[in-house]
Amino acid sequence: MTATVDPRLLTTSVDDQASQWRLIWIAFRRHRLAMTGAIIVLTLYFIGAFAEFLAPFDPNASSSKDIYHPPQMLRLIDVDANGDWALRLHVESMRAQRDKFTLETKFVPDPSAKVYVSFFGKGDSYKLWGLIPMERHLIAPAKPGERFYLLGADRLGRDMLSRIIHGTRVSMSIGLIGVSLSLMLGLILGGISGYYGGLIDMAVQRVVELILSLPTIPLWLGLSAALPQTWSPLQRYFAITVILSLVAWTELARVVRGRFLALRNEDFVIAARLDGGSTRRIIFRHMMPSMMSHIIAAVTLAIPVMIIAETSLSFLGLGLMPPTISWGVLLKEAQNIRSIAQAPWLFAPGAAVCLAVLSLNFLGDGLRDAADPYVQDSR
Amino acid sequence: MLLAYILRRILWAIPFLFAASLIAFALISAPPGDYLTTFAATLAQSGDVVDQARLDALRERYGLDQPFLVQYFRWISGVLVGDFGVSFEWQQPVSQLIGERMALSVTLAFATLLFTWALAFPIGIYSAVKKYSVGDYIVTGIGFIGLATPNFLVALVLMYVAVVYFGADVSGLFSDAYKQAPWSWAKVADLLAHLWIPVIILGLSSTASLIRIMRANLLDELHKPYVTTARAKGLSEFHLIMKYPVRLALNPFVSTIGWAFPHLISGAVITAFVLSLPTSGPLLLQALLAQDMYLAGAFILLLCCLSIIGMLVSDILLALIDPRIRYR
Repeated sequence: MTATVDPRLLTTSVDDQASQWRLIWIAFRRHRLAMTGAIIVLTLYFIGAFAEFLAPFDPNASSSKDIYHPPQMLRLIDVDANGDWALRLHVESMRAQRDKFTLETKFVPDPSAKVYVSFFGKGDSYKLWGLIPMERHLIAPAKPGERFYLLGADRLGRDMLSRIIHGTRVSMSIGLIGVSLSLMLGLILGGISGYYGGLIDMAVQRVVELILSLPTIPLWLGLSAALPQTWSPLQRYFAITVILSLVAWTELARVVRGRFLALRNEDFVIAARLDGGSTRRIIFRHMMPSMMSHIIAAVTLAIPVMIIAETSLSFLGLGLMPPTISWGVLLKEAQNIRSIAQAPWLFAPGAAVCLAVLSLNFLGDGLRDAADPYVQDSR
Repeated sequence: MLLAYILRRILWAIPFLFAASLIAFALISAPPGDYLTTFAATLAQSGDVVDQARLDALRERYGLDQPFLVQYFRWISGVLVGDFGVSFEWQQPVSQLIGERMALSVTLAFATLLFTWALAFPIGIYSAVKKYSVGDYIVTGIGFIGLATPNFLVALVLMYVAVVYFGADVSGLFSDAYKQAPWSWAKVADLLAHLWIPVIILGLSSTASLIRIMRANLLDELHKPYVTTARAKGLSEFHLIMKYPVRLALNPFVSTIGWAFPHLISGAVITAFVLSLPTSGPLLLQALLAQDMYLAGAFILLLCCLSIIGMLVSDILLALIDPRIRYR
């Protein structure tokens, strides 16, 4: 007796099919640099999201006796005077000493005093995301009131590490919000331009060319100089984001238009059109899914441009302004050669910028390669 | 045919220049209040007597009570004969302030462009021909860092290294002896001796991206059958690569130089500020911070024009290299 097989049951299981997203993921995972980039980018956004908890101190708390305090090393093995040792996280204190002749303040290590550091200790109180009152920090001095500087202190004795961690939130989010704004502009204008073609396409393309042929930084500077000085930090933040995306949408519009032009005459789009699908349905149901991966890659590559732009503007004093903390605002402190010669650790936010931009670039490159089915598999 | 193309391309640049001037003027009029209120406020702040007659004369001259387009028309017709208005901060006609600075900006931009080109071209070829060699990895590594580091950061680090380890000052474009001196050959030589530092700083990121483009283009060409054919016929390797694949790979390379130009001018503003070069950047910034809008507007307009002209030049170069472009 032969069993009849119901053909409806003969479906391949989900594991056997590879959707486009799965193929992209497989290709992406093989790209080691891109994976590293992805991990670093995620870490940075994590740091940005939980800045208050991860920063050991309040970024605005100053300390007049710790002006330009040099970085201290975090040590684990604690040896006391009798030669006994224990595993306790601590840093060696430093003492300010004034040079008798030059009157220059110098910090010298003071092995007798130690600042003990505890995990999840109580420190400055804060409100996480402005909502949840908390006072625990990832690392905090065991004795309340003591201070330590893993990345040194600035000219007001504020902890650089805490400031950089808080700057991560602003700098990384300005990239994200700015890119979403430019993506909206780019999708709408690029989409219209690519889908309809003809005169509209011509007009949009000329505008894109015009913007691309203008030097961006003088324009950005001019626009941000026109912002009223009286605006609150939050208003300024959004205004700067809008200004940055006014220029940045062009690249995305080009990508979207290119994909639209390529897809417009594909068989499946023509079929959908002949079936009487509405324009909206054709665009969102049929064309969007096959453009998505390209757009995501282009967006990832646009974020670092935004980050550099914000940093440059704030560095020149026309972008974000104190009390807002961003990497650019922090780098503004490193502007004159005297202060960086005395305190080279003021460059640390610059390292953060490089790290973020580099990993976003690697991530974007990897995504672009992974999303392109025609790329030679020679990596 | 080529002439017709060049002519058409130049004609296309005119609406672009017009749009750039509109943008520059929009920026001039963007700050709240008109410039005279700002001007009067600045004067009052510094304790000067505000001369009402003078304010009225200025208001009359620029037609500040007129609508935007009329004001724009007055401004642009002045610009066309070289009158850029008056700088409030310096109490001088803008055209006197910007002349030499713009000339130095142009010099810097072109020097950087030449440097970028001269470096990216051979290194790009090397890195494609010797793919995955140690040299290629080094070049790619430096390239990625060059792309990821903002110009001004490179300038700052370089200044730090020069001051702390060599005790030298790398800022400025002239030695002290020549700063105020009139132009002479000795001054030009002094300029050239200082120019290379900003050129390297500015050129780093565009060189890096051009190397990557050249490498990718050439890699696409190197494995095509015509290269194998030429090799099989016994052409010397150098001659073979330079004559065919490089010429094809050059095309996208040249068109990218057009985009590199606005980028260079843009980056020059910040780098010039950090290195305190006597180019347009620092003065533009100062003007913007003081809301000295006529001065700032003139700079923005000229920088935009400079970069549009740069693109025009690169488009014409592209047409010279690639005959197919002329017929489109």
